[in-house]
Amino acid sequence: MGKHRQGYFPKKYFFVFLLPTLLAFAVSFVIPFILGIYLSFTEFTTVTDGRWVGLQNYISAFSGDSGFLDALLFTVRFTVVSTVTVNVIAFFLALALTRGKKGTNFFRTVFFMPNLIGGIVLGYIWQLIINGVLSYFGVDITYSAEYGFWGLVILTNWQLIGYMMIIYIAGINNIPGEIVEAAKIDGASPFGMLRYITIPTVMPSVTICLFLTLTNSFKMFDQNLALTGGAPGRESSMLALDIYKTFYGRVGEEGVGQAKAVIFFVIVALIALIQLRLTDRNKKDGKKR
Amino acid sequence: MIKMKKSRAALLLAVMLSAILVLCLSACTLVNDGGAEQEIYFLNFKPEVAEVYEEIAKKYKEETGVTLKVVTAAANTYEQTLKSEIAKSDAPTIFQINGPLGYSAWKDYCDDMSESKIYEYLSDKSLAIKSGDGVYGIPYVVEGYGIIYNEEITDRYFALSDRKTDISSMDEVNSFSELRAVVEDMTSRLSELGIDGVFASTSLKPGDDWRWQTHLANLPVYYEFKDKDVDLTGVNVSKIDFSYGDNYKAIFDLYILNSVTEPGKLGTKLVSDSMSEFALGRCAMVQNGTWAWNDIKGVDGNVVKEEKIKMLPIYMGVEGEEKQGLCIGTENYLAVNSQVSEDKQKMSYDFLDWLFSSETGKKYVTEKLGFSTPFSTFGVNETPADPLAKEVKRYMSEGDTENVGWVFTVFPGTVFKENFGAALLSYVQGKNSFDDVKRIFRESWERESSLLK
Repeated sequence: MGKHRQGYFPKKYFFVFLLPTLLAFAVSFVIPFILGIYLSFTEFTTVTDGRWVGLQNYISAFSGDSGFLDALLFTVRFTVVSTVTVNVIAFFLALALTRGKKGTNFFRTVFFMPNLIGGIVLGYIWQLIINGVLSYFGVDITYSAEYGFWGLVILTNWQLIGYMMIIYIAGINNIPGEIVEAAKIDGASPFGMLRYITIPTVMPSVTICLFLTLTNSFKMFDQNLALTGGAPGRESSMLALDIYKTFYGRVGEEGVGQAKAVIFFVIVALIALIQLRLTDRNKKDGKKR
Repeated sequence: MIKMKKSRAALLLAVMLSAILVLCLSACTLVNDGGAEQEIYFLNFKPEVAEVYEEIAKKYKEETGVTLKVVTAAANTYEQTLKSEIAKSDAPTIFQINGPLGYSAWKDYCDDMSESKIYEYLSDKSLAIKSGDGVYGIPYVVEGYGIIYNEEITDRYFALSDRKTDISSMDEVNSFSELRAVVEDMTSRLSELGIDGVFASTSLKPGDDWRWQTHLANLPVYYEFKDKDVDLTGVNVSKIDFSYGDNYKAIFDLYILNSVTEPGKLGTKLVSDSMSEFALGRCAMVQNGTWAWNDIKGVDGNVVKEEKIKMLPIYMGVEGEEKQGLCIGTENYLAVNSQVSEDKQKMSYDFLDWLFSSETGKKYVTEKLGFSTPFSTFGVNETPADPLAKEVKRYMSEGDTENVGWVFTVFPGTVFKENFGAALLSYVQGKNSFDDVKRIFRESWERESSLLK
C-alpha cells in the first residue's frame, strides 16, 4: 500500500507542495524573527540600519536602572497569582454551572462575555471602577505599585475566568456517566467525587487552562498600559510594557529593547516547552490507565 | 499514463499556488511603485489637524497632479510611528523633528535644506536647526503657552463686593503673589462662582504629564540658563542646578491645591480630562497652549465663550516677572528625508513651497490649520483667528513684555521627562518631598545627558 501511495505522490514533489506555506511562513515569521535576533546585537534607529555592538545590549538590559529585572519579578509574581486564582475560580464556576440548575446557560453567557471585550477598553473600565473605590481614601490606582498589581489581578480574573470556565465545563461534561453512577452507588461523598472522579478526569482541561492563563498573563500588555501605564514610575510595568518603554525611551537604546524582547521570547518559549512536556506525559499516563 | 498525468497536474497546481502567493505578496509593493513616481509622503505630527491635511492633499492633487499621502501619528506616538515608517521602502519624504535633540536622533535622514525656498522664507534664520553649514530643520509654526483662563468666570469673581483682594481685573495680575491671592480667594468662593475648582486637573498619568514635566519645567530652566548665560545652540547641557526649583514648587502647589481634582487622584488624569473640565466651565484656568483651541472647541456641551478665552503668563515668583510674557517658541521642525530619491525630494520641497507661499496654501495654513508661521510670505493679516493665537499675537506685539523661549527642546530626552513626571506624581501623592523631586530632576538630567551621544 505504501508503494502504491508513493506512486501517486512521489517524494520529490514534497517540497513543491510545501512551498506556498513555507513562503508565507518565511515572510511573516522566520525572516522577522531572525531580523529581530540580529537587531538585538546592534545599535539601530530603524530596522534597516543596524550597527553591530555585540553583547552590549544584553549587558545594558540587566544593568542597574534598566528596570528589566524589576519588571520580570513583577510579571512572575503576577503570573503565579493570577494563574492560581483564575483556574480555581473558573473550575468552581464550571462545577456550579454543570449541575443542570435553572439559568445555567444565562450565567455561562454572562461569565463568558468579558472575554469578548478588548484589553484597552477593559483597562480603562477597571481603572474607573478601581479609582471610584479608592477615591474614598483620596488616592488612585497609581498611588502604589501594589494597587496596580491587584488591579491587574482582578482585571485578568474578570477577563479570563469565563473562557477557562467554558473549557472546564466541556471537560466536566465529558466525564462518563457510568463512572459517576458507580461512584455514587459505592457511596462516594461529594468531596470524594470531586477529589477522585472529577479532578482526575478533567486533568487534560486543567493543563490547557494552566497553559493559556500562564502565557496570557505573562505576555499581558494592553491591560497594563491602559490600567496604570506603569505608574508609579515604572514600578507596575510588566515585561511587555517595559520592553516597549525601553524601545521608545532613550535615543540609541532601541537595541536594548530588542535584546529584552529576545530574552522575553526565550522565557515564553521555555514555558511553552515545559508545558508541552507535561501535557505529553499526562497523555501517556492516561493511556496506561 | 494516468499516474503521470495526476502527478503532473499536482505539480502544476502547486506551482500555480506558489506563483499566486508570490504575486499576492508583491502586488501591493508593485502598485505602490507604480504610483510612487508622483507621490510624496508627509508624516503629520498633529492629530488635531489630521482632517485638514486630507483636504490639502486633495487640493494639491487637483492643482499639481502630485499625490500627497498624509499619515498622522496618534498623540504622543510620533517617534514610534516615524521609526517604523521610515524603515519602509515607501518612507515619509517629509517628516518633523522636535528640536536639536530630535535632529541628533534623525541626522542620518535629514536633508540639507539650506538651498530650499522654505528656508529663504524664514524671517529669522536663527530659528532653524543648523549643524555646520547645513540647515536640517525648519520651524513651521510658532506656538505659545501659558495659563488659559475663562474671563467670564474671573469677572464673576471680580464682581463680588466682599472679595479679599483689591485687584479688580485679570489685567492687573502680573506676578505670582497677585495670582495666588486671586486664586486662593476664588477657591474659597467656589459655589458662588459656579465652578468645582480654579484650575483644571493636573494630569499626571504617564504620557499625559508633559504639561508639567516639559512645559512648566521650561520656566525654571529658562531662568537658570539666563543666569548662567548658557549658549542654547550647544545641544547638550550636561548639568543643571534646578536653582528655580522652589519657584516651580510654588506654582505647581497652586495648581494642585486649587484644582477640580484633589491631589491624590491625579495619577490617572489625562490632558483631555483637563481640557474638557475647562470647556465645560467646571474650572476657570488651565495651563496649555495655542494647540489646545481645537480641544476646547471640540468638547460636546462646551460652554466657554470664544471671546472670553484669555491667556496669562505663568508667574512663579521670579524677580522681575512683571515683565514676563507667554512661553513662545516651537518644537515643530520640518525635515526632508535625505534617503529618498532626488525626484521625491524635489517634489517635497515644491509642496512645502506651495503650502507656505501660494495663496491657496497660505489660506489653508492660517484658516484651517490655524498656524502662526515664522515665514515672511505671510502678511500681517494672514494669521489665525482663534482666541489663543490672538492672545499669543497680543503678547508678541506688546513691546514691554519679554517672552520666554522654549528651552525644553534641549531637555535630555524622554527618560528624563518620565522620571521627573513620576517624581511629581509621588510628590502629589505625598510619598516623597519636593526635595526628592529636585534631587531626581538634577540626577536624572545629569545621567540622561551623559547617555546622549
